[in-house]
Amino acid sequence: MDPAGRSELDAGAERAGRADADQSRQHAGASASERTGAGGASVAVAPAPSASGKNGLEPRSGPTVRLERLRAFYGESEQLKGVDLEFGANEVTAIIGPSGCGKSTLVRCINRMHEEIPGARAEGRVLLDSFDVYDPTVDVVAVRRAIGMVFQKPNPFPTMSVFDNAAAGLRLSAGRRGDVRAKAEQALRSAGLWGEVSERLHEPGVGLSGGQQQRLCIARSLAVDPEVILMDEPCSALDPIATLRIEELIEQLKTRVTIVIVTHNMQQAARVADRTAFMLDGQLVEVGPTEEIFTNPSDPRTEEYVTGKFG
Amino acid sequence: MSARGAPGDPLARFAVSPARRRKDAFARAGVLAGAGIAVLPLLLIVYYLLSKGLSAWSISFFTTDPTGNTFFGSANIGGIKSAILGTIEIVALASAISIPIGICVAVWLVEYGRGSWFAQTVRFFVDVLTGVPSILFGLFIYIVLIVGTGTTYAGYKGSLALSLLMLPIVIRSAEVVLVLVPAALRESALALGAPRWRVIARVVLPTALPGMLTGMLLAVARAAGETAPLLFTAAYAQQTSFDLGGFMNSLPVQIYKDVTSPTTAVVNRAWGAALTLVVMILLLNVLARLIARRSRIA
Repeated sequence: MDPAGRSELDAGAERAGRADADQSRQHAGASASERTGAGGASVAVAPAPSASGKNGLEPRSGPTVRLERLRAFYGESEQLKGVDLEFGANEVTAIIGPSGCGKSTLVRCINRMHEEIPGARAEGRVLLDSFDVYDPTVDVVAVRRAIGMVFQKPNPFPTMSVFDNAAAGLRLSAGRRGDVRAKAEQALRSAGLWGEVSERLHEPGVGLSGGQQQRLCIARSLAVDPEVILMDEPCSALDPIATLRIEELIEQLKTRVTIVIVTHNMQQAARVADRTAFMLDGQLVEVGPTEEIFTNPSDPRTEEYVTGKFG
Repeated sequence: MSARGAPGDPLARFAVSPARRRKDAFARAGVLAGAGIAVLPLLLIVYYLLSKGLSAWSISFFTTDPTGNTFFGSANIGGIKSAILGTIEIVALASAISIPIGICVAVWLVEYGRGSWFAQTVRFFVDVLTGVPSILFGLFIYIVLIVGTGTTYAGYKGSLALSLLMLPIVIRSAEVVLVLVPAALRESALALGAPRWRVIARVVLPTALPGMLTGMLLAVARAAGETAPLLFTAAYAQQTSFDLGGFMNSLPVQIYKDVTSPTTAVVNRAWGAALTLVVMILLLNVLARLIARRSRIA
């Protein structure tokens, strides 16, 4: 493996390691100022640290994700036609657009899930800070540990209990695991689920309600301590109350990770996202602060979409 | 329902015509008759098995080996203990060979090789193998392992022939169940940063397990009843043997040997053995169904 590539991943792991140390200091009852002071080397000031420390989430500077000339193919047909896009660190970026515009393909290219489809491939670069995820020397499995994904339909593993689901990421992934029990519990707390499932950790994961299952899937992704979380329409299968809880969770999570959320629901993008990108026919039309995209878009196609003339 | 078509009835035009009624009755009778014809031989077999086989059952029937004394009507002919144990041993070894290999092939077909021309070729040959008459598996092992090596019959050679018979059944049923595992499950496991083999071993296989168990039990049930492959490979023995390297008895072969005997007691023993075999296979089928009911996907 390329030494430069290895050092980038190690740097990420070091950040995660320092963050774990910060968490254990927090558990020991350190005061708030001590937290940010002691962890100062690894923690950048997040844009809106309103939720720092809630659910045991220690703030941490996430990476910026930058897509350069990203193209994606299904066999011969070109689904993404050259996308250049940047996702800010510790921000929530929403991707909106009509069905079939390539939103899901885009996020699946970020964590290299796109190539799991037979006959599919991607070209271009996806940079995590300055580290190209598509570099030929890179281990795909390690990339997916650093970039987590939450899918549209909640899918906890049916053969596993709630606890086993939360710990699944740790047990399944290659590499060192650490204290599985503690990490799984922390992940469940971070997902806001601990209070509801602490009595039923050993019941089947599929026995939870839809919203709880989706939060369990989020906990499962959080347990491996990713730096980026991709969400592909995470709330579209859920009722409004569950949706609200997950949107609150996203607000808390962004102090620690960079989040990209694909959504069909423009109100959700307006509620949750710092920046919004509008896509059409495999191309990026416009990107900018959410407020601007919805109230004062520069491209006429964006205006037509957000005012509901199509899509 | 009152008869429609009375004069002045406003809905008369919706009434069923007599010609249609006749056709309907005819078709129903025909289909019912077909079902009856299909079920009748089955019922007759069950009736004969029970009436002739039950009388042969006794404690000594299950606990003594067949003796060779079949020519004198009053002699002690023994029971079928060696046949039962032999079938269990031979089929157990055949399962131990064919089930792991079959599951590996199915996993490769579904997880790794999907879409490739090689996978299609393999699938084609597996389909062909399901249709091969069972005697050919016996003959194949006979020519390769007995005539070809100059050695003699052995229990493990019978197991090899049966494992060849079981292999396509195990592969096909495992493949069907593995394909039913939702792609979303594999995707979410991969997205956690898991190497593909771990996804298969820890997520896909456990999910598919109940359905695969069903397929395996059905393959075992099929193998337990096959006579022809064992005739030229494991041959026949009277004594209970736990040595798979020597001749070994089995239920189908025992039945084959007994059923043409002129001695009535021996023929009755054959019926008793047939009933035993059917009950064993029935129990396996019931077990397969119970497991399938607990399955989450199939």
